[in-house]
Amino acid sequence: MSVRPRLGVFKFASCDGCQLSLLSVEDELLEIAARLEIVYFLEASSHYEPGPYDVALVEGSITTREDEQRIREIREQTRFLITIGACATAGGIQALRNWADCDEFVRAVYPSPQYISTLSTSTAIADHVPVDFELRGCPINTRQLIEVISSLLKGCRPRTPVHSVCLDCKRRGNVCITVAQGIPCMGPITQSGCGALCPTYDRGCYGCYGPARQPNPQSLTDQLVSQGASTKELIPLLRNFNSNAPEFRRESDRLEGHRTDE
Amino acid sequence: MDRQERFLETDRLQTLIDVLTDAGYQVVGPTIEQEAIIYDEITSVDDLPRGWTETQEPGQYRLQQRDDEAYFGYTVGPHSWKQFLFPPVATVATAERTDSGWEMRTPDEPPPQYAFLGVRACEIAAIEVQDRTFLHGPYVDPIYRDRRDRALIIAVNCTQAASTCFCTSMNTGPRCRSGFDLALTETADGFVVEAGSDAGGRILEQLPTREPEATDLTAAETARQQAVDQITRRMDTTDIRNLLLDNLQHPRWDEVATRCLSCTNCTMVCPTCFCSSVKEVSDLKGDEITRERQWDSCFNFDFSYMNGGVVRNDIRSRYRQWLTHKLASWHDQFDVSGCVGCGRCISWCPVGIDLTEEVAAIRADAHQPEEQP
Repeated sequence: MSVRPRLGVFKFASCDGCQLSLLSVEDELLEIAARLEIVYFLEASSHYEPGPYDVALVEGSITTREDEQRIREIREQTRFLITIGACATAGGIQALRNWADCDEFVRAVYPSPQYISTLSTSTAIADHVPVDFELRGCPINTRQLIEVISSLLKGCRPRTPVHSVCLDCKRRGNVCITVAQGIPCMGPITQSGCGALCPTYDRGCYGCYGPARQPNPQSLTDQLVSQGASTKELIPLLRNFNSNAPEFRRESDRLEGHRTDE
Repeated sequence: MDRQERFLETDRLQTLIDVLTDAGYQVVGPTIEQEAIIYDEITSVDDLPRGWTETQEPGQYRLQQRDDEAYFGYTVGPHSWKQFLFPPVATVATAERTDSGWEMRTPDEPPPQYAFLGVRACEIAAIEVQDRTFLHGPYVDPIYRDRRDRALIIAVNCTQAASTCFCTSMNTGPRCRSGFDLALTETADGFVVEAGSDAGGRILEQLPTREPEATDLTAAETARQQAVDQITRRMDTTDIRNLLLDNLQHPRWDEVATRCLSCTNCTMVCPTCFCSSVKEVSDLKGDEITRERQWDSCFNFDFSYMNGGVVRNDIRSRYRQWLTHKLASWHDQFDVSGCVGCGRCISWCPVGIDLTEEVAAIRADAHQPEEQP
């Protein structure tokens, strides 16, 4: 990598929250700017330069033909392509369109739907181009973003845990809200990253960081159903910010009675 | 050692907390948080879950109100004393880059001096199991040692049992026989108190106790017997080490893997599980580095990562690793079982996997060991 690597931050279909995390690192921001040459970051500056880029942070999912083309162009000009956030890594909340009639959504939302040109699906960046590292979360965790950038600068692999939220809950001394209160919680099948934020405040995990590594969603939903939860309640838990992540998608489809071997 | 029993009236229990506090101890005991009885710092008897109890089933724990005002009328909850002796997150060392090189430091804050109030027999056994890991092997853990050496154990004899309890199978309870400084048995009128150490005896001397009446001692014995009578869960430990290690290909491992979430909850609530991982956290400049130790688990996918990949690459192998270590190879490693029969892993498994049932299923259809060639 060159002395001061060139960084580009790119946005696709998303809310901007994850790239905003880069601006929110506050104490570390000047250090990042000193170590990386930020050449493309429209959220931060109207000045931008063409590629190539040593590092690209890519936020958002692919929802249009133009996006499909643009991510290929970015990939071609980029050495390390890192996707950040649930939209980029799993298709985001907008992947709910994958189960619905997208044209109907367009007609409901836009007064002049004829100007809208969109794909019927929202998909992860990795479904379109090779990705070097995926940083999960809705939104991403700022400390994990710094870990990724810092590791990249040092030339080592980032340490972002792949275990369940439960491990963080227990390290915090939380009581399991599923066992003690019967609250459905996605924690046992969701990847760590938030530090078990919701269960700490007696809310079930929403699965913001996507499936933990080698999760067992069917066992969890079987148990929640046996404790009185309805599939009507469980499907939206799986179809949240990471609905199109394969393990969550297969389980919500199974609960809905759809085929699971797509 | 004076094993004489004394009697402390119910309304004098606060004096115990006061005496411990005056002696410089930070008192940790049962209290209610997030709909469960947990262990936390307490300063008053009002912090104790007086009049509360719980019911426990595989995968389920529910607080319930008692029809009396007992202070210790419950069994064990999601916490154990492990979190105080072996903290979930601890700084092992720090390093700072200076003009003259790296300055390495180990934390030197004085360790907390805990008095654990309400330690059950299975929990004393669990602490003694962890002593073997952290104190009695070739490598002594200084964080554990400093806390353990200073800790005072005020035990409470169980007077009831949960459906998940099986301490009688593991020979760890329900009566506290040793390993405590003071032991209390709660009756309707107060507490029969017994000192188990000189330190405990000195605390006992400062309490406004009286000579117990014969009826107090009978009531205490009846209460303790009630716990014994209520224990229904059993684990047959006959030759359990060989049973499990001779059945590593048993089909039950595949079956349990379809239910196990590999979420780590059983290992986190287990009072003897001791695994941790160490990571280094640095600032972006790399000038300030902290080496942190945190609880980890054999159910964590990454835990068996070695150069080239993970060794236990599916849930079956991770569950089997945990159970065979806990009940079989722990004997080889520490000359004791890793299970004390507290039942936490049964209650706090989100899908209610019950290790006593798993062992029974393997035993029911056990493969006989083959002759080694």
